[in-house]
Amino acid sequence: MTRFRVEGKGRVEHAEPVNFTFDGRTYTGLRGDTVASALLANGVHLIGRSFKYHRPRGTVTAGSEEPNALISTSRGKGRYEPNTRATVQELREGLVAESQNRWPSLNFDIGAVNDKAYMLFSAGFYYKTFMWPKSFWNKVYEPIIRAAAGLGVSPGEEDPDRYSSRYLHTDILVIGAGPAGIAAAKSAAQSGARVTLVDENREIGGALLSDPRVKIDDIGAWDWLSAQLVELEELGVRLMMHTTAIGYYHQNMVGLCEKLTDHLDELPEGAPRERLWRVRAGQVVLAQGALEKPLVFDGNDRPGVMLAGSAQTYLNRYGVRVGDEAVVVTSHDSAWYGAFDLADAGTEITAIVDTRDTPRADLAREAERRGIRLFAGHTVTGTAGRLRVKSVRVNPVRDGRVGAAVTVRCDCLLMCGGWTPSLHLFSHTKGSLKWDESQNAYLPDHRSEACHIAGAGRGLWSFEAALNDGDVAGRAAAEAAGFEISDHARFAVAQDRPGTGVTHKELPTDRDAGKARAFIDFQNDVTAKDIRLAVREGMRSIEHVKRYTTNGMATDQGKMSNINGLMIAADALGEAPPRVGLTTFRPPYTPTTFGAFAGYHRGATFELTRRTTIDSWAEEHGAVFEPVAQWRRAWYFPKVGESMDAAVLRECTATRNSVGIFDASTLGKIEVAGPDAAEFMNRMYTNPWTKLAPGRTRYGLLLGEDGFIRDDGVIGRITDDLFHVTTTTGGAARVLNMMEDYLQTEWPDLTVWLTSMTEHWAVVALNGPNARKVLEPLVEGLDISHDAFPHMSVADCKVSGLPARLFRLSFTGELGFEINVPARHGPTLWKALMEAGAAHDICPYGTEAMHVLRAEKGYIIVGQDTDGTVTPEDAGLNWAIGKKKPDFVGKRSLARPDLVMPGRKQLVGLITENGAKLEEGAQIVLDPNQPKPMKMVGHVTSSYRSAALGHPIAMALIEGGRDLMGDIVHVPLPGVTHRARITDTNFYDPEGARLQV
Amino acid sequence: MLLIHCPYCEETLPEAEFAYAGEAHIDRPADPSALSDEEWRDYLFIRSNVKGPHFERWRHVHGCARFFNAVRDTVSDKFMTTYKAGDPRPDLTAEEAAQ
Amino acid sequence: MTHFSALSLLRNALTGHKNWAEQWPDAQPKSEYDVVIVGAGGHGLGAAYYLAKEHGITNVAVIDKGWLGGGNTGRNTTIIRSNYLYDESARLYDHALDLWDGLSQELNYNVMYSKRGVMMLAHNVHDVQSFQRHIHSNRLNSVDNQWLTPGQAKELCPPLNISSTARYPVMGAALQKRAGTARHDAVAWGYARAAAARGVDIIQNCPVIAIRRGADGAVAGVDTAKGFIKAKKVAVSAAGHTSVVMESAGVRMPLESYPLQALVSEPVKPVFPCVVMSNTVHAYISQSDKGELVIGSGTDQYTSYSQRGGLPLIEHTVAAICEVFPIFNRMRMLRKWGGIVDVTPDRSAILGKAPVEGLYVNCGWGTGGFKATPGAAHTLAWTVAKDEPHPINAPFTLERFTTGRLIDEAAAAAVAH
Repeated sequence: MTRFRVEGKGRVEHAEPVNFTFDGRTYTGLRGDTVASALLANGVHLIGRSFKYHRPRGTVTAGSEEPNALISTSRGKGRYEPNTRATVQELREGLVAESQNRWPSLNFDIGAVNDKAYMLFSAGFYYKTFMWPKSFWNKVYEPIIRAAAGLGVSPGEEDPDRYSSRYLHTDILVIGAGPAGIAAAKSAAQSGARVTLVDENREIGGALLSDPRVKIDDIGAWDWLSAQLVELEELGVRLMMHTTAIGYYHQNMVGLCEKLTDHLDELPEGAPRERLWRVRAGQVVLAQGALEKPLVFDGNDRPGVMLAGSAQTYLNRYGVRVGDEAVVVTSHDSAWYGAFDLADAGTEITAIVDTRDTPRADLAREAERRGIRLFAGHTVTGTAGRLRVKSVRVNPVRDGRVGAAVTVRCDCLLMCGGWTPSLHLFSHTKGSLKWDESQNAYLPDHRSEACHIAGAGRGLWSFEAALNDGDVAGRAAAEAAGFEISDHARFAVAQDRPGTGVTHKELPTDRDAGKARAFIDFQNDVTAKDIRLAVREGMRSIEHVKRYTTNGMATDQGKMSNINGLMIAADALGEAPPRVGLTTFRPPYTPTTFGAFAGYHRGATFELTRRTTIDSWAEEHGAVFEPVAQWRRAWYFPKVGESMDAAVLRECTATRNSVGIFDASTLGKIEVAGPDAAEFMNRMYTNPWTKLAPGRTRYGLLLGEDGFIRDDGVIGRITDDLFHVTTTTGGAARVLNMMEDYLQTEWPDLTVWLTSMTEHWAVVALNGPNARKVLEPLVEGLDISHDAFPHMSVADCKVSGLPARLFRLSFTGELGFEINVPARHGPTLWKALMEAGAAHDICPYGTEAMHVLRAEKGYIIVGQDTDGTVTPEDAGLNWAIGKKKPDFVGKRSLARPDLVMPGRKQLVGLITENGAKLEEGAQIVLDPNQPKPMKMVGHVTSSYRSAALGHPIAMALIEGGRDLMGDIVHVPLPGVTHRARITDTNFYDPEGARLQV
Repeated sequence: MLLIHCPYCEETLPEAEFAYAGEAHIDRPADPSALSDEEWRDYLFIRSNVKGPHFERWRHVHGCARFFNAVRDTVSDKFMTTYKAGDPRPDLTAEEAAQ
Repeated sequence: MTHFSALSLLRNALTGHKNWAEQWPDAQPKSEYDVVIVGAGGHGLGAAYYLAKEHGITNVAVIDKGWLGGGNTGRNTTIIRSNYLYDESARLYDHALDLWDGLSQELNYNVMYSKRGVMMLAHNVHDVQSFQRHIHSNRLNSVDNQWLTPGQAKELCPPLNISSTARYPVMGAALQKRAGTARHDAVAWGYARAAAARGVDIIQNCPVIAIRRGADGAVAGVDTAKGFIKAKKVAVSAAGHTSVVMESAGVRMPLESYPLQALVSEPVKPVFPCVVMSNTVHAYISQSDKGELVIGSGTDQYTSYSQRGGLPLIEHTVAAICEVFPIFNRMRMLRKWGGIVDVTPDRSAILGKAPVEGLYVNCGWGTGGFKATPGAAHTLAWTVAKDEPHPINAPFTLERFTTGRLIDEAAAAAVAH
C-alpha cells in the first residue's frame, strides 16, 4: 500500500499491483492508474521542468490538457517516445518513464539558472538582442537557444510498430462519453440510427467517474454507468474507447485516433499500435465537456499546485490523495466539492480561500461542519517551496485593496478559476463562437457543419442539465439524420453539484505585480506580465499576443491558458474580451502520432510500385532498377562484377551489332476509336492524320494549349476508325485526361471513344540488324519482310502463337519491332524471343542503353531534352506540324510574340574537342572568360558515352543554336572549361540506312 | 475531404474519386487564330478566382470518368450544385437564399 | 523608436519592462497618402519601409483587413533559399538572400535568419538531371548550391534514410549552404516597427473594399471600411486576395488561390540540423528554434479561401516525412494550419506595374513568397517610387502572359519520363 492510496477507493484494481520505473527508480501503482496517478500515490509531484526557465513542475491536471507532466516513455528497442502526458498514459507492467528537459537531474537542473535571470527572458526578448556581432547569431547564440529549447529527446531508431487506418460510416457520431454524450448516444440509437460513441479515456463516464456520490434516477453514478454500458450495447451503439477525435473536417468527416497497445502489458503479436479512423457521419454530437482553468497568481506553478477538479479526480477515480495538507483557492463553487471529498478521505484541508466575498451559504456550512478554515474575499499572493509547495500567502481584499498576508502551511494547493467549454472540434469547422458575459466564456454560435453541441460545451454545469441536454441533442441529431424520434427522457439527478463562479485576470496582490511569477502558460513559462508587456509593445490582436509571448503554443495548445491569457490581454487593452478575439483552435485536438497518419503508407507500401509482367524476369536476371514515375524499370543488366558504364556500353554494342531486347511495356497506350477518330487526332496532335493509311504509323507530337511540347509517341492507324496511340511512360495518364477533357467538353460533337490500353498490352522491343531473323520464325499471319512490312508499319498477327499487334518502328536507329501481346502473355513472349535470339546472342538492355541508343540518333525524350518551355521549332520538330491544318491544340500559342522571337533556345548536338563526357545539366557560355554572373546561352540536356561512335555525345538547348552549326561553345565546370562543337543531333547513321533493311 | 455529387452517376461520393479541373464556362474559341494575343491570353490564363460561388469543373476520374460542372462557395468549400457539362449556368438565387 | 540591444534589454529588465515603447502605433487612416499599400504582410510592410528609407517617401499607409503579418507571412514554413534555375528567379531570390543576410541589423529586430542550409533530395534519375542543371546554372550565377552524394547528405542530416531499397531512394542532394529559415512573425513585426518609425501608418482591421479610379482612368485611392483614402499610387500586395482587390480596379489577374497546409510536431531537443525538401515525395521539413519539426504540405487540388484543407493531404505529407526520416514515426503532430496561396500559370510571381496608372501589384508567389520577402519588398518600393521596373523585377511582368515569355520554374523541373 503506497502512502497516499486510499484503500478500496476509486476505479483502480487494488489487488493488482503494476510496477514501473521513473528516472530509474522502481515504483508500484495499480491496474487502472495513469503514470501520474501512480506517482502521486507514491507522493511524487515533481515530474518535469518547464521549457524556458527550467522551473520544477508537478502534475497539474488529470487529463489530456496536461502542460507539465510530460515524460518520455519506452518499452524496448525502437519503442520510445518523448513528451508523453503522464496524466493520460495508463500504467503498464515494466513501463520505463523518464523526466525531461533537465540536466543533470530532475532535482538539480543546471538550466534553472535561466529562472534567476528571468527578468531578461521577458516575452520576445530574443527579438531584441543577439544581433551583435552579426556572425555570432549562427555560431553562438542560436545553438545555445536551440539547445535550451525543446522538451524531450527525439526518437533515434526506426519504429518497429505498425499503424492502420479504417473508414467508418455512421449516422451519428457522438464525441465524448460523459453524461451528455451517453444520453445523446442513447436517445439517438433509440431512433434506430447507427450511432458511434467515442472517448479518449479507457471507460465511459467523463466527469461522473470523478463524482461517485451522484445519483441518477435513484441509481448511484457508477452503477448507472454499468447499466448504460449494457444498454448502449443492446442498442447497437458502437463504443470506441481510447479513441480521440482529433480533427473535424469538411462535410462531417471526423478523424479519430484509436490507441490500441500503449496501455497493454504485453504487445499482441502483429497488432497495430494505433489506428486512424476517417469517419463520415451524418450528424455529429459534440459532448466534450469543459476544462478547468487555473488561477493566475505568483508561484501558481510549484509542484503540489494543481487544479481542484483534478485533485477530486485523483481521489475518487484513482483512490489517491494528492497530499496531507491542502489549501484550496477558488473563484468557483466546484472546488468546494473536491475539498469536502478530500477532507472526508483524510486529507486535512487547511483552508479554503474563495475570492468571492460571500460564498454560497450551504457550502460554507459544509466547510464549517468539517472544521475547514474559510477565507472569503481573499486572494493568494504567493507560494513557497522549491521542489514542492510548502505554504501559501493569503491576503484579504476589501474594496480592491489587498490587506496584510497570513501564511498558511500546506503540501498541496488546489486551485480553480472556473471552467471553459471544450469547443476545439467545433472551432475546426469554422463554426463561430460568441462571448457569454455571464459565464465569461465562449459558447457555440453559428454552426457550419451538421453538428450539435451538448452539455458543458454549451455552458451547462450540472449533471442533470448535461444529461437532459444530451438527450435533446441525440434526438435532434437523429431527427436531422431522418429518423423518427421518441419522447424526451427526463433524467433526475440527486446529489448534483451545480455551481457558479467568477472569472479573474491575475489575482490581486500586495506585492510588486511586475515581479510576480504568475503563470498562464505553464509549459512555455508565459506569465501575466509577459502578456501585459506584449500589449504595451503594441500587440493588440490576441494572435499577436500569442505569437509574441508563445502563450497557448505549448503541447496543450492553449487548453489551460487561452482564456486566462485573453482576460489579461483584454484588461491590458481596456477592451472587452470578444473585441480582442480568440486564437483559432487547430487540429489535432491532442498531439497525435505521425505513424497513425502515415498508416499503411510506409516502406514498400509508401506508394504503389507499378511493375510490368516482365519485371520478375528482369529481377531474376540481375537487373538494376530505376524509379520512373510510378513504375520501376530495368535500368541495366550488369554481369557479375560489371560496372554500370560497362554494362550499358555492352548492351548498346550488342544491339547495334546483332539484336537487343527491351521491355517497353510501361509506355502509355491509348486507343482512339470511332468514326471521328482521325478528326480528333487532327485537333489534338500537331501532325496531320487524315491521310495516314491503315497499317501505317507516324511520330505524333502533342502540345499544351500554351504551345509547349507535352508528350510524344508513335501512333499507328489500325483501321480507318482506330488509332493506337503511344505516350511517354510518365505522361500516359495526363495525355488521356487531356484527350478526355477536349473530347467531353470542347468537342462533344465528335464520335470518339478513348480507352487506356497501357496495362492491357505487354510490349517487347526488338532492335538490331538481326531483329527480323529472331522474330520472323515466330510470326504467323504476316509477312514481315522489308518490302511487305516496311519501316513505320503496324499489323495484327500472331507471334509465338500469341495474339499480337506488331509495330515496325525504331527508337534506336536499328531495324526494330515492337511486339504488343496481352499483358499476361508478356513473360511467354519474352522467353520465346530470348530463346529464338540465343543464336544471335540476343542481349536484354535497360532504360539507360535505350537512352544512349536514341541519343545517338538525336531522338528526343520529352522531359529530358524538353522542359515544358520548348516549342516544336525549338526542338527541331517543325516537320511534325501539319501546316495545312487550321487548328490544333497549342497552335495559336505558337504565334505569340515571344514564341516567334529569334534567339530562342534550340536543340543541337555537342561534341567536346577533348573527348570528355559533359555533365547533363551543365551550362553553356559563349565567352568563358566573362565574370560571374555569366551570360548562359543554354544547357546540356543529354550526354552519354557512345560505343558506336567511339566518343561521347551530347544534346543541348542553345540560344539560336541551329545558326551556330560548327561553332565552338564553352562549358565551364569547376576546375575545367570544356570546348565543344555544335553539331546536328543525328550522330549515327544520319541517312537512316540501317532502318531500311 | 469534400463530398461531391456526380450528376452523371447521381451519387454523392468522396473527393478522392474526383479530380478538380479548373474554372468552368471558359469555352475554347472556335477560331483561335482570329484572336488577338490579349484575347488568347484571357482564354489561356485569366481566371475569376472569386471569393464566393465559383463555377468550376470536376472530373469523376475514378468513377464514370466524366467531366461535369459545379458551383462551390470558395469561402466555405460547400457545393451549391453540380450539373452536367454543356448545361447552362444554373440560377443561384434559390441556393443563395437557402444559405 | 527604442533601440533594441542587450543593453536596452538589461536596462528595461531592471525597471520591470515598464518602459518599452509601442513597436508600432495603431494608426487611423488619414484622408490622403502618397502611397497606399494593400496588405500588411512582410511584402507590404517591407515595401513601405524601403519606400521611406530608400526613396524618402514617408507619407505611406499600409492597410490590412486583419492584423499585420496574419496572412501567409505568419503561416508559412519559413524556408529561405535562392537556388532557382532561371536567371530571372535566381537573381530575384538571391537579391532577397543578400538582404536577409543583414536584415536583423538593418531593422534592429532579430529575425533569426538561420543559415542552416537547404538540402533538396533527388529520388530518381530525372531529379538528378534537374538538380545538376540547377547547380551548374547557380554556379555561373554565383548562387551557392552544391551536389551531395547520399552519404554526404546523411552526414549533414543524420535522420535521413539513404537505404537503396527505399521506395524512393535518395540518389543525391543539392545543398545551398547559406539558405535556411527565419522567424516569420519577426519579419512582419521588424518591418512594421522600422516603417512606423519612419512615419508609415499601419492600419489594421480595415478591409479595402475597392480601388477607386479617377475620370482619367488613373488610380484615385481606395475605398475602405473606414472610408475613402485618397492616393495617387496604390500597391496591391494581398497574396491570395489579390484577384479580388485587383478586379475592383478593373484588372483581371492570371491567378488562382489554393489552400496550403503546414504542421508542426511537439518540440524536441535539436535533432534536425538543416532544411530538407523533397519535391518527389512532397516532404518539406526543418526544426524551429523552439524544437518543433516544421513540416510543409502540398496544395489541395481545388481553389479555396477557406484556410481549412483536408485530412488526406496531411496523411500523405506525414507519410512522406516518415518515409524519408523513419525515426520520426513515433513523434506527434501538435498543430496543423492552412494558408491561401496565389498561384500564377508559370508559378512565378507578378511584381511591378499594373496596366492602370498608379497601380502596382505584387502577387503570385505561390509557395515561395516568404523567402522573397525582402527582395520583393525592396524592388517593389523602387518600382512604386520611380514608376518604372527595377532591373531585377523587370522580367516578372503581367505582360509575359500575353507574350509567352514565361518564367516557368515548375515546367523547367519538367515531367517524369
